[in-house]
Amino acid sequence: MALKDDLKAKIVERFGVSVDEIKEDTNFVEHLNADSLDVMDFIMDIEQEYDIKIPATEAESLKTFGDLSQYLAEKTGKPLN
Amino acid sequence: MERRVVITGLGTINPLGNNVEQFWNNLIAGKSGLKKIDKFDVSKITSRIAGMITNFNSEDYFDKRELRRLSTFIMYGLVATDEAVKDSHLDLERENHERIGVITGSGIGGIEEIENQHDVLREKGIDRISPFFIIKMITDMIPGKISMKYNLKGPNFSVSSACASSAHSMITAFSMVKYGYADIMVTGGVEAPITDLTLGAFCSLKALSTGYNDIPERASRPFDGKRDGFVIAEGAGTLIFEEYEHAIRRGARIYGEILGTGATADAFHDTAPAPRGEGGRRAMELALKEGCIEKEKVEYINAHGTSTKANDLNETLSVKDLFGDYAKKLAISSTKSMTGHTLGASAAIEAIASLLTMQNGIIPPTINYENPEPELDLDYVPNIAREKKVDYVLSNSFGFGGHNGVLLLGRI
Repeated sequence: MALKDDLKAKIVERFGVSVDEIKEDTNFVEHLNADSLDVMDFIMDIEQEYDIKIPATEAESLKTFGDLSQYLAEKTGKPLN
Repeated sequence: MERRVVITGLGTINPLGNNVEQFWNNLIAGKSGLKKIDKFDVSKITSRIAGMITNFNSEDYFDKRELRRLSTFIMYGLVATDEAVKDSHLDLERENHERIGVITGSGIGGIEEIENQHDVLREKGIDRISPFFIIKMITDMIPGKISMKYNLKGPNFSVSSACASSAHSMITAFSMVKYGYADIMVTGGVEAPITDLTLGAFCSLKALSTGYNDIPERASRPFDGKRDGFVIAEGAGTLIFEEYEHAIRRGARIYGEILGTGATADAFHDTAPAPRGEGGRRAMELALKEGCIEKEKVEYINAHGTSTKANDLNETLSVKDLFGDYAKKLAISSTKSMTGHTLGASAAIEAIASLLTMQNGIIPPTINYENPEPELDLDYVPNIAREKKVDYVLSNSFGFGGHNGVLLLGRI
């Protein structure tokens, strides 16, 4: 599965939104009813799923779906689409 | 300023039922909520039974996001509180939220989360510990979460005194209303201790029943000659304490009044009660004194009655020492014979039982009482509930560490 689709599926599962609602600028806190702890929890699961480490300083800048998918593409070398 | 304090809402989830009505019906039917443990391997544990909540589906109560942030004991606390708040018929929109507080008790809080995250620490590493660990583990998250859910901005904290935790939370909540720090207090206690670490630990203390693993419903037998320890259980109880005039003005249903409380320390031993239960006796005396009630008016004592050798003997002696000849005329029963011992939740659940005893004129029995012992010769309401008008009840709770908490409740 392409990275974006995979990530969308994870967001649907975690935050209970429909896949159509997830846009590039969908902000975890502003649009998905998450707080900073939910985001941290989600990022930790992402680290485990993709077997990567995301330093806290970098995690703080991952605020939207677009931020996270772009970051993961660079980090894992997987195709975005 | 001293004000009268009444109870206007009840909620519970425990091994006998997932709401107050189920709980009460099973209690007066003399049913046991104790079962063989099937949620983890018990083959190497000497006590293999517990009082467990059944037919509880957390997804019926909480959404996905909430569930990731909630632990079992906090869920139980929120479920019991939801019932109590609804039962009170308080119109929270119209109340002054700064005058409503929450104080609950728990003995061991989120021990299940400590176990889970300790496994993560050892197996996956320190950087894999959940960001939700702390908020799922600390006991004060129950009053915290309740305050957030209902926007209650009065006094808010948790109390811990082992098996007397919710007695002391209710005693503190009572004072808050009596002395004018709040008009309404949401109070009670919660425990979710059925984990292998907790079972193993209480087994090491030799506190649990081990001789009835194949007949769990017979294992909790307070005051009986063949009792061999308590049976651990999970549960929660929430009560709404309200200033009397406030309750009258809004036409609330009043279950009863808290007339007095007693809190004492044994200052004696980590786990053993003081000789002749003298700490418990003094707590009962203080509750009667605060309530200005002559001891001969007490018709029923809801005992701490754990089914351990030491508690049941010393509690009996303390009642005899306090009440003298009248001790044999009052009724005393242990509802733990049916619920098991819900530790920090037990006093709240037993306060609910005591209030319903007065309201319905039925005293719940001590089940499995079959073998009288010479020194344990009170009227324990053996095996069958008894119809009797009751106006005054003492509810006893004692915790490891020598903490004693007693409530004197009256019918209105």
